[in-house]
Amino acid sequence: MATVSMTVNGNKVSRDVEPRTLLVQYIREHLELTGTHVGCDTSQCGACVVHVDGQSVKSCTILAAQAEGSQVTTIEGLAKDGKLHPMQEAFREHHALQCGFCTPGMIMSAIDLVEKNPKLTEEDIRHGLEGNLCRCTGYHNIVKAIAAAAKTMGG
Amino acid sequence: MYAFNYHKPKSLADAQALVAKFPDGKILAGGHTLIPTLKQRLAQPTDLIDIGGLAELKGITVSGSTVSIGAGTKHGEVADSADVKKAIPALAALAALIGDRQVRNKGTMGGSLANNDPAADYPGAILGLGATVHTTKRAIKADDFLKGMFETALDEGEIITKVEFPVPKRAAYEKFRNPASRYVMVGAFVAETASGIRVAITGAGPTAYRWADAEKALGAKFAVASVEKLVHTSNGLNADIHASAEYRAHLITVMTKRAVAGAGG
Repeated sequence: MATVSMTVNGNKVSRDVEPRTLLVQYIREHLELTGTHVGCDTSQCGACVVHVDGQSVKSCTILAAQAEGSQVTTIEGLAKDGKLHPMQEAFREHHALQCGFCTPGMIMSAIDLVEKNPKLTEEDIRHGLEGNLCRCTGYHNIVKAIAAAAKTMGG
Repeated sequence: MYAFNYHKPKSLADAQALVAKFPDGKILAGGHTLIPTLKQRLAQPTDLIDIGGLAELKGITVSGSTVSIGAGTKHGEVADSADVKKAIPALAALAALIGDRQVRNKGTMGGSLANNDPAADYPGAILGLGATVHTTKRAIKADDFLKGMFETALDEGEIITKVEFPVPKRAAYEKFRNPASRYVMVGAFVAETASGIRVAITGAGPTAYRWADAEKALGAKFAVASVEKLVHTSNGLNADIHASAEYRAHLITVMTKRAVAGAGG
C-alpha cells in the first residue's frame, strides 16, 4: 500500500491504496465520487474523462499514483453554490443527453475544449469530441450544447 | 493488473539507478500503451519507474535548423507548439492526429518511440525527417533506431532523453487512420531535406521503413506524377482484420501521392 494524496474538486484528499489503483478507481471507489464513469475501460470511450492540472485525461488509463499532488476536477466539482456550470446548463437546455452515461465525460472534455479554444467552430467541436463516444444522441445536440456554452463561457 | 511497486524518481539520474536496480521493472512515461497492456495482464513488471514528471525530459527548443523535443513532451504539446508549427508544420500536424485529445494530453514522444508500435505515427516522423534520437547513453540516427515490430536499438535500461529533428525544406504527412482505433493503417511521411528526399512509410509493415523507389522518383522530380504510377509490393506487409497486405500496398501509393501534394509537389 502507498499513500496517494491530491486535491479533488478543491478538497485535499489522501488515501492508502495499492500502487496498481487507477485514478478512476481512486475517484469512484475510495473517494466515492461516482459521477465519473467507466465505459470501455480501454481508453476509447471517454466516460471516465476528468481534468488533471487543467488537462482533460482518461482516468481509466492513469494510475492514481501518477496524479499524486495534482489538482483534479470531476463532474461533481463543476456546479458552484447550487448553480450548474454553463456547460452543464447548456447540455440540459439543448437536450444533449438521453441515457446520460457518457455525459460526465462528455462535459469534462467539452469544457477543456472550450477553455483551450473559446472561438471554436462546429468542426472544431466535432473533431474535439473524438475521444468521447455517445451511443444515444447522434452527437447533434451535444455539438449544439457545446457551441451554446462556448458563447456563455465568454467565447 | 498484476501488483507492482511504483517509484517516482526526482531526476533522470535517480531513474537510471532505479532501472538498474530492478531488472524486471518497466519505465512508465505517459502510460497510454503500458497501462492498457498491464490491465490486460500482458505484462508483469515487478516495478514501475515513472519518468512522466521529470523536468529534464520536457521542452521544445528551436535553434537554427534543428528542432529539439524532450522525450517527455506530450503529443498535445507538440501539436500546439507555435515553434514546431512554424519550423516543421508537418510534425505538429502529425502529432495532432495521434489518438484523441485526452490521449494526446498524456502520451509522450519518447514513450511512443521506445514502444515502436507498427501502427504508431512518430516512427514515420523520425525516419521521414532523418531525426536523431538521444538517450542516456548515446545518439542514434533514426535509420538505425527502428529495428522491427515493437523493437528498437535501445538497450535494457537505456532511456530516450530527446529527439532532434533537422528542419526540412518541405514536408507533409498523410495518414489513413483506422476509423475506430485511430491508429495508422498506412501513413506516408515525405520530406525534402538538405540531404535529399526521404519517404517513410508507417503502419504498413512490421516497423516504419523508407520507400526507396519513391525517394528515387521524387529525387528526379518532386511531383505527384512521379509517384502515382509506382506499385508497392504487398510482400512482407501487415495483414489483419482491418486491412489485407494488398490493400495496405495500394494505400501506400495513395498516401504518398497525397503527402507529396501536401508538401507542394
